[in-house]
Amino acid sequence: MTLPLAQRGSTRLRAGSARRRVAIRGLTGTLLFVLILEAVPRLGLVNPAYLPPFSEIMVALGAQAATPAFWTLLGQTVFGWFTGLIIALVAGIALGMFIGSLKWVREATHSTIEFLRPIPSVALIPLAVILFGTDMRSTLLLVVYATFWQVLIQVLSGVQDVDPIARETARSYRFRPLTQLRSLVWPTALPYVMTGVRLGASVALILEITGELVIGSPGIGKQIVLSQTAGQVATMYAFVIVAGMLGVAVNLGTRLLERRVLRWHTSIRRDQEGSP
Amino acid sequence: MNTTRSEGDASLLEVQHVRKVYSSGGTEFEAIRDLDFRVSDGEFLCIVGPSGAGKTTLLRCIGGLLDVTSGSVSLAGARVTSPPEGMAIVFQEYGRSLFPWLTVRQNVELPLREKKVPATRRAELVSDALEAVGLAHVPDSYPWQLSGGMQQRVAIARAVAYQPRILLMDEPFAAVDAQTRAELEDLVFSLWKSLQVTVVFVTHDIDEAIYLGQRVLVLSNSPTSVLEDVPIPLPKARDQLRTRSLPEFNELRQKIHRLVQTAKRTMIT
Ligand SMILES: Nc1ncnc2c1ncn2[C@@H]1O[C@H](COP(=O)(O)OP(=O)(O)OP(=O)(O)O)[C@@H](O)[C@H]1O
Ligand SMILES: [Mg+2]
Repeated sequence: MTLPLAQRGSTRLRAGSARRRVAIRGLTGTLLFVLILEAVPRLGLVNPAYLPPFSEIMVALGAQAATPAFWTLLGQTVFGWFTGLIIALVAGIALGMFIGSLKWVREATHSTIEFLRPIPSVALIPLAVILFGTDMRSTLLLVVYATFWQVLIQVLSGVQDVDPIARETARSYRFRPLTQLRSLVWPTALPYVMTGVRLGASVALILEITGELVIGSPGIGKQIVLSQTAGQVATMYAFVIVAGMLGVAVNLGTRLLERRVLRWHTSIRRDQEGSP
Repeated sequence: MNTTRSEGDASLLEVQHVRKVYSSGGTEFEAIRDLDFRVSDGEFLCIVGPSGAGKTTLLRCIGGLLDVTSGSVSLAGARVTSPPEGMAIVFQEYGRSLFPWLTVRQNVELPLREKKVPATRRAELVSDALEAVGLAHVPDSYPWQLSGGMQQRVAIARAVAYQPRILLMDEPFAAVDAQTRAELEDLVFSLWKSLQVTVVFVTHDIDEAIYLGQRVLVLSNSPTSVLEDVPIPLPKARDQLRTRSLPEFNELRQKIHRLVQTAKRTMIT
């Protein structure tokens, strides 16, 4: 279940020079891509009105970054993303621990969860607009809804993963239920929680941008639409790139966090793989 | 209950006509048919029996982790229905019984915290226990950084620090090499002598049972009952080489070996 993590753990060991090679290759690829983006409109292969040369997009981005309004927009997007993520995390973890710990609650909620979970968050846009209009809260609703399920599902599997021997150990030493939750269930679920955080953070960003784009709540996403209708194509691309960079930053950040929190975890998996 | 207690000496643990039937998904399996024995206070009892005889099942019933189907388990006169006070269990799967996210010290300390032992006393107990099992030098390591034998020592230290009246051990050394095994046997034996704790020690190794126990209970194959209760009249001082080469040791080994063979045969026929 936690295999991807384990693989990362073991590859990291023998990855020394291989990783540098991959990094160099990645950089070369990006450079090549940028060159193509620059060349294709200049050579007239694509109408520059739809796809301006990369340098123009960068100039537009630079011009945006010089305005305080840009940073306000970026702040709004990040704030919406973060608030939604935190709400979803708190709710997902609390509910997940509760539902997962009690067998009958788990069984009672199973079908409901399986019904609600696949509902695409964007299907809730009309509802969100009725409730909150084009306010930031509309988008927040989408973000929380989509992210919550990612987290909840992970926490539920995590709580289930408690080792029976560890549980019997805790019981035989007469750990109170709260101690069992804190010192056994929670640490066991933590790797799953971190996966939930990682997946949830990405999903939250997608929904944040989507919400801004479609509903028109303030942020980077809304600006993509506004630049498009104003015919500022290069600026539109600039905002798309900002959204992309946010995504990369979120991914890097959550991976770093995961690695930091789960140091013992990757290590123990590596250990178990090594022994017969 | 009064009648049974008036009979004898200070019997700490009483296992009375315990029967355990596992039922899962409509099928029933009688793991233990009828086990009846008692363990006196301060005794070292070893239990041997063929694989699948229900030794682990029995320990889990004694430990209050599993309900008996009929019969009863009593500790110090009180019926065991959930893990009782003053009991510690060392599991066969030591790796899984230690918490990998806690250091050695924290693993040993956690049950003491839960028992609300004051901090200074706790620190004392933890370092004494780690000292006793020869792990005083690695309190801040994580269990997965240690060898199998060392991990099992941590589990033993955790049990020792807990200061139980009775210690249950389920094939604790089955997964360590012969040398480590001998060391751990001597460790457990000396701990038992110095701590005056009652030990119920399950093993499938006949030599180990004779070496450690004051009494060896030989179990039959499943559905399980007591095949024979063999007293071990060896001198109380143990030495891996000398004790094991005593003629009495050899006689006992042959006797119990035959019993276990009988147990196995009765299953086939
Ligand atoms: N939870 C369970 N449900 C159903 N049957 C079980 C369960 N646990 C154990 N058994 C069965 O009960 C029997 C006794 O199992 P147990 O683990 O107690 O044996 P054991 O004497 O400890 O064996 P070993 O020496 O191999 O550890 C086995 O046949 C096993 O298949
Ligand atoms: Mg067993």
